Amino acid sequence: MHHKAQILDAHEMKRAMTRIAHEILERNKGAADLALVGIHTRGIPLAEQLAQKIAELEGIQVPTGKLDITLYRDDLSEISRQPIIRRTEINFDIGTKKIVLLDDVLFTGRTIRAALDALTDLGRPKSIQLAVMVDRGHRELPIRADYVGKNLPTSKTEVVKVKLAETDGEDVVELWELE
Amino acid sequence: MGTGVKHLLDFQGWSVEALQGILDTADVMKEVLERPVKKVPALQGITVCTAFFENSTRTRTSFELAARRMSADVLTFAAGASSLSKGESLRDTIETLNAYKVDAFIVRHHASGAAHQVAKFSGKSTINAGDGRRAHPTQALLDAYTMLKEFGRIEGLKVTIVGDILHSRVARSNAELLDLLGADVTLCGPATLLPKELAKGRVKVTTDLQAAVKDADVVMSLRLQQERMNGGFLPSMSEYALTYQVNEKLLERAKDHAIVLHPGPMNRDLEISGSLADSARSRIIAQVEYGQAIRMSVLYHLLVGKK
Repeated sequence: MHHKAQILDAHEMKRAMTRIAHEILERNKGAADLALVGIHTRGIPLAEQLAQKIAELEGIQVPTGKLDITLYRDDLSEISRQPIIRRTEINFDIGTKKIVLLDDVLFTGRTIRAALDALTDLGRPKSIQLAVMVDRGHRELPIRADYVGKNLPTSKTEVVKVKLAETDGEDVVELWELE
Repeated sequence: MGTGVKHLLDFQGWSVEALQGILDTADVMKEVLERPVKKVPALQGITVCTAFFENSTRTRTSFELAARRMSADVLTFAAGASSLSKGESLRDTIETLNAYKVDAFIVRHHASGAAHQVAKFSGKSTINAGDGRRAHPTQALLDAYTMLKEFGRIEGLKVTIVGDILHSRVARSNAELLDLLGADVTLCGPATLLPKELAKGRVKVTTDLQAAVKDADVVMSLRLQQERMNGGFLPSMSEYALTYQVNEKLLERAKDHAIVLHPGPMNRDLEISGSLADSARSRIIAQVEYGQAIRMSVLYHLLVGKK
């Protein structure tokens, strides 16, 4: 796999998150009843960044949660290596909330389908919206994001890497090519 | 990461890392059991057969519920109502059940080594749910998990297991697992029920209950298997209760924070005093509760990602 291009730098990623925060507040008419749920791994710091941005803009600290979707994957019987399960931590009543799900890359849509199943097993949110840093296309399910940091048309031989300071030591979005 | 192991028959061939993985995943399963919908689709499409050739309530129901909570289909085989009574062999029974496209067997059998045979005959993932006096690995894992939840660690804990060690697969599996995980284990019972060869590694054996319980963090009382006591092992049940019963007075010798475990079913006021079993020190109900999370974790580690 080799590096092809840098798509977003730290500054551009921050600006994208600010725009997403504005879009969320506009669409939901403020931050009341909102909650942010990040999908392991990189959705979690994105949810926390977004919560901080909303707090700056609106003066309201919206609750955040962590969602692991491993047990809901539809390919568990086909894979050859057992995925690590992480802990789901959602310490608020999701039945009273408008949930914004956060993930780094939207690709086939299967992760989001699993996340929707996992979330609805925890309760019945008022609504679920989806925010992603990058939408790279190639959907296999009828799923779309409500908030997108960067639309990035890709080929299937390309790999999109969203790196975050909290998990990877730097904020950057890169495009790689499979050998 | 996977355990790299297809069966859980005992702890031979298991690394500390893989066992730690099962204990860690049990935390996730415990959280699933606290949700409004206590079910995940992880084992959808997988069929698990509980083949119990010996009576059991808690282990069988715990395994079946664990498998169903993971969305597996469960085929229940109970020996009492089977063709075993017509003379069918273990091998033929397992091969018949295997023809129903079972993906995994959970086996309990009165003969030591039977679970190994099932693994061999079926070629499928096999979990030992208790074989003779040899092993009961998921009981040991749920005991270790109970200790982990209580103390946040297992390494360095002083665990005293009291009772009929000779006939106890629970004692053997616990000694094996806790030794691997770094606890100091003392097996204690009357000399007739105490195989000396179990003393190895961090495991000690003694007939002196007062010394064994001194400064213990965990005291586990074992069921006195009255059905196996016709070999002159004990002078009388009442004498056993006088000498080896785990009760409040005995627990004064243990650490202040010491907890009491029992794998069940209990003979109240024989091997354990009823009041102690119901006391604040008892974690006997927690063991049952954690057993389900541990069994869900074991099923996940053995059955997912092994194609």
